Amino acid sequence: MVNIIIVMQRYSILSLARNALSGHRGWAEAWRSPPLKDRYDAIIVGAGGHGLAAAYYLAKEHGITDVAVLEAGWLGGGNVARNTVTIRSNYMRDESIPFYVKSVAMFEGLTRELNFNMMHSKRTMIDVLQTWGMVRDRRRRRLIMDIYGATYEDISVDELRRRVPALTGGRPDSRLPILGAAVHTDAAVNRHDAVAWGYARAADAMGVEMHQKTPATKLLRGADGAIAGVETPRGTVRAKTVALAVSGHTTTLTETAGLRLPLRTINLTAFVSEPVKPVVDVIVNCPDLGVYLSQSDKGELVIGGATDLGQSFRRDIKQSVFEDTVAAMLDLFPRFRRLKLMRQWGGHLDMAHDATPIVSATDIPGLIVSAGWWGGYKAIPAGGAGLAHLIATGRPDPLTAPFGLNRFRTLDYVVETGTTTAR
Amino acid sequence: MLLIDCPFCGKRNESEFVYGGPAMPARPADPSALDDAHWVDHLTVPPNPMGPVEERWWHLRGCGSWLTIRRDTVTHAIAEVRHGG
Repeated sequence: MVNIIIVMQRYSILSLARNALSGHRGWAEAWRSPPLKDRYDAIIVGAGGHGLAAAYYLAKEHGITDVAVLEAGWLGGGNVARNTVTIRSNYMRDESIPFYVKSVAMFEGLTRELNFNMMHSKRTMIDVLQTWGMVRDRRRRRLIMDIYGATYEDISVDELRRRVPALTGGRPDSRLPILGAAVHTDAAVNRHDAVAWGYARAADAMGVEMHQKTPATKLLRGADGAIAGVETPRGTVRAKTVALAVSGHTTTLTETAGLRLPLRTINLTAFVSEPVKPVVDVIVNCPDLGVYLSQSDKGELVIGGATDLGQSFRRDIKQSVFEDTVAAMLDLFPRFRRLKLMRQWGGHLDMAHDATPIVSATDIPGLIVSAGWWGGYKAIPAGGAGLAHLIATGRPDPLTAPFGLNRFRTLDYVVETGTTTAR
Repeated sequence: MLLIDCPFCGKRNESEFVYGGPAMPARPADPSALDDAHWVDHLTVPPNPMGPVEERWWHLRGCGSWLTIRRDTVTHAIAEVRHGG
């Protein structure tokens, strides 16, 4: 077993000052670019949030460091860069809430643990409720979340307008007047690049190899039917355990080994405005209209909308979904009508049949999948730790145990719903 | 916005339609002959290719017909629209 083999350069105020004085020419590279070997103990396909977190916890918690993380693009690309950095635990089901509560808590300690500034900003999420059905839904969530220590609190319309002065729409004479609001104080935002880079750097320091521009094109099975490795354009890489953390392309890869999974790939809308002065200091979620937004540290409004309904492997967003999302936002925030919108992106969601994630062994021995993460950003720490546990021990950890593929065979679905739109 | 060529109404915007989910493979002739695994696969596993899929759309704000369209998941180009299943 290989232990820590590289001394990670610590980031601190002292190292910053020292490197500033030497013209910033003395920084070590954050991770190595070693040659690709033809065999590892384990391969993780996909250096997104979940793949990198799994690699880190595999080395840290389980001492398994002969690991290659294969990434088709670059570190910090992929879905870890195509989300809205919303971290929260206001879910519906007994199986989901403890998992997300744990993940939110892990995120809060991540800056210190990884010695990388996550720019973590705990800023509360406020759900703006405009139908009685949604009021009842949130009350139900609050009662379940109370059991697991997640916070949800009802506030009046007056209190909502006091906390979010920019929210001037939804008056009593509008089509959908605001009836109340629910406050989730655990919610936070952070910096997505830092999550990817922080995990990558810490995993690298323990000996894990990250290989960028190395897409896995085909899964290989041995004569006994078990997984044997993957094909890449840089050659065949063999391992007895292969874990897939490739979001929308999960079925694209598993089908190369003849494995079909209950997943559909769809596209989720997000875009950002130009930077403006501080105007909203919480995450505002409008589930009845299908839009949510927060303001980044740079001042951009980060706006998320609905899914494009049919299956889609596109990475841009559909004009009609975009227009609907903007119209919904202007309904509640009419003063945003002159904002210029700067960038748009679509995240791939591979939605499972029951809308709950899959962290599971499969019918192919040695092949593990972590998939079905719509809103998987908030799940990166706990999902990565669960995936690492499964890779290392062959058994799920308690928090991800309900997310096994067997639930489909036993009809033991965990029917989860989104807070904004994914239903 | 998809432009769906309804066989009854002509080319109409996607906003007139309601998405009805993926068209699942044909129902097995004798479900009782299948084991649980295959039956659950039939119920829960839709085709998910980077390429053509078949899906149901309901022309709710038009003629009310249920249509099946064949659409590419990467380009979104619609190759075929037909009435019913």
